[in-house]
Amino acid sequence: MVQTQDRQDEALGDATAPATLGAHDVHAWFGDHHVLGGITLAMPANSITALIGPSGCGKSTFLRILNRMHELVPDASLAGAIDLNGRDIYGSDVRATDVRRRIGMVFQKPNPFPAMTVAGNVLSGLKLCGMKTDNPDGVVEHCLERAGLWNEVKNRLDQPGGALSGGQQQRLCIARSLAVEPQVLLMDEPCSALDPTSTLRIEETMHDLVKTITIVIVTHNMQQAARISDRCAFFNVDEGSPGGIVEIGPTETIFTNPTDPRTADYVQGRFG
Amino acid sequence: MRTGSAPTLAVVTDRPEPVRIRPRSFHRRDAATVAGCAAASLALTWLAYSQILPFRGLPGFLLLWASFNFLIYYVAVRETQGRVVARDRTMASIISVVAIAIVIPLILILGYVTLKGLRFLRLAFFSTTMASVGPESPSTQTGGLQAIVGTVEQVGIAMVISVPLGILTAVYLNEVKGRIVRPTRIFVDAMSGVPSIVAGLFIYTVLVANGAGFSGFAAALALSILMLPTVTRTCEVVLRLVPDGLREASLAMGAPEWRTTWGVILPTARTGILTAMILGVARVVGETAPLIMTAFGSATLNTNPFSGPQAALSLSSFQLFGSSQTADVERAWVFAFVLLTLVLILFVVARLQGERRRS
Repeated sequence: MVQTQDRQDEALGDATAPATLGAHDVHAWFGDHHVLGGITLAMPANSITALIGPSGCGKSTFLRILNRMHELVPDASLAGAIDLNGRDIYGSDVRATDVRRRIGMVFQKPNPFPAMTVAGNVLSGLKLCGMKTDNPDGVVEHCLERAGLWNEVKNRLDQPGGALSGGQQQRLCIARSLAVEPQVLLMDEPCSALDPTSTLRIEETMHDLVKTITIVIVTHNMQQAARISDRCAFFNVDEGSPGGIVEIGPTETIFTNPTDPRTADYVQGRFG
Repeated sequence: MRTGSAPTLAVVTDRPEPVRIRPRSFHRRDAATVAGCAAASLALTWLAYSQILPFRGLPGFLLLWASFNFLIYYVAVRETQGRVVARDRTMASIISVVAIAIVIPLILILGYVTLKGLRFLRLAFFSTTMASVGPESPSTQTGGLQAIVGTVEQVGIAMVISVPLGILTAVYLNEVKGRIVRPTRIFVDAMSGVPSIVAGLFIYTVLVANGAGFSGFAAALALSILMLPTVTRTCEVVLRLVPDGLREASLAMGAPEWRTTWGVILPTARTGILTAMILGVARVVGETAPLIMTAFGSATLNTNPFSGPQAALSLSSFQLFGSSQTADVERAWVFAFVLLTLVLILFVVARLQGERRRS
């Protein structure tokens, strides 16, 4: 591990411990529109939790509540509690920036910073968070290594991040998120813009990453959820009511023996 | 053993070369049609103008010629290639003629100023001042150093004032998104409509007439009032082009908003902001009215922008035009030409910057 910083966010507990994320009766609104109602979900440490469900059921909103990105939307509000190893991330003594540093996020569309090189992108998080490192080359190699990209780009570290292929860009974004050493990584449909080969590489990367961090992934790809996740939460929404969780369970149960008929219909592709 | 390998693609020779169709091609015959129609309509217009119609004057003649031309061209193409092609070609030619008609005044202005100014422009223009020019001196003896120094200093100071302010305002409008975004935007819009003479009068009343006296700095203040809205609006557009994904990516790593703006948004928009700066400079470099009341003008070199009257290219040109001496009026064209060249260079640089950004 590359030591990069002195953490000052004691309110969130030990920054290197395996992190369990918990949501308790979470609601979300955009203006007066109630989009998410009563989500209670445990996301255990060192496991992959997949959020599945049809479009518009609030999976992405829920994901963004988990690292306080939801509040960046004007008019957005929420209720309920999220805890990281038992510490409330919406507590009055907790800064949103500290939460986001510990709970990183990878987006649907690869979004490397175009004004920076490959290496610059990896180090950008440290720079943007005002964190110092005495071994930047080591951080770059370590993070790219963890994201499964090092061998492909080790001779192109000075090229702009946008010069890589789509799949490489997405792994670069993962490496960038890892540089600030988050305990949790949230992934919002990270493979939906990628081809099957790149998707496979990202899944392998996730498989390696989950040994050290907790992963929560939103995906529309049922096979992907079945392949990679340990636990699954099936979200659904009915016309005129907020989205909610229909069923939570080990992935195998959700896919082979779900208790709710709607889950069975969805995972077998009968709707959604 | 190559004989047993995969079958090679044989060139089929017994088939005739397929006839190629190029629906949008333009042959020698089409060019001849265009020329023929232009000639025919010219003759018809001449006939109508000199023999039948009671009008005179070049604009009417050109208008009538263009109208006849489109009519004849349409009929001629329809006879040979059908209605669809005729309509397409006629519309295309109307649009081309209108486009050319718009460019003509610009070319006339550029050509006229170049013709008048270049005749008396000597290299000494860039190294001497008007102080050595007497009433009997020939027009080729023109000194522009004091005006070039004045323009560079005034515009330079205006840039130092309004570029940071403009970028900050754009950041406020687009990144901070505070409570008074709407009033600010309306205010910036209104500011871009402030007549330049009003900006000059304002600085004159507040500063110059209050004891500070004429100076290049006063001129720079007046110019920055005019420059600020241009820089702000251009910067705002450029910042809006930065994808939201980059903002989110930065914030999701735990970066504070000010570091996101400083470390991600502004570097991404760097070339666009440079373009905004150049456009702002081009906006004010030719301003004359506000300088009359602030820089005042001078025949001698004054390198200190903070005290005493100072010359400027636009101002010198204006003042020389007002002279009763023929030589002075001719000198005014030299100043105008140098100024025009400067603006042209700035716009070309801005455009090249913009293109590099897109690639």
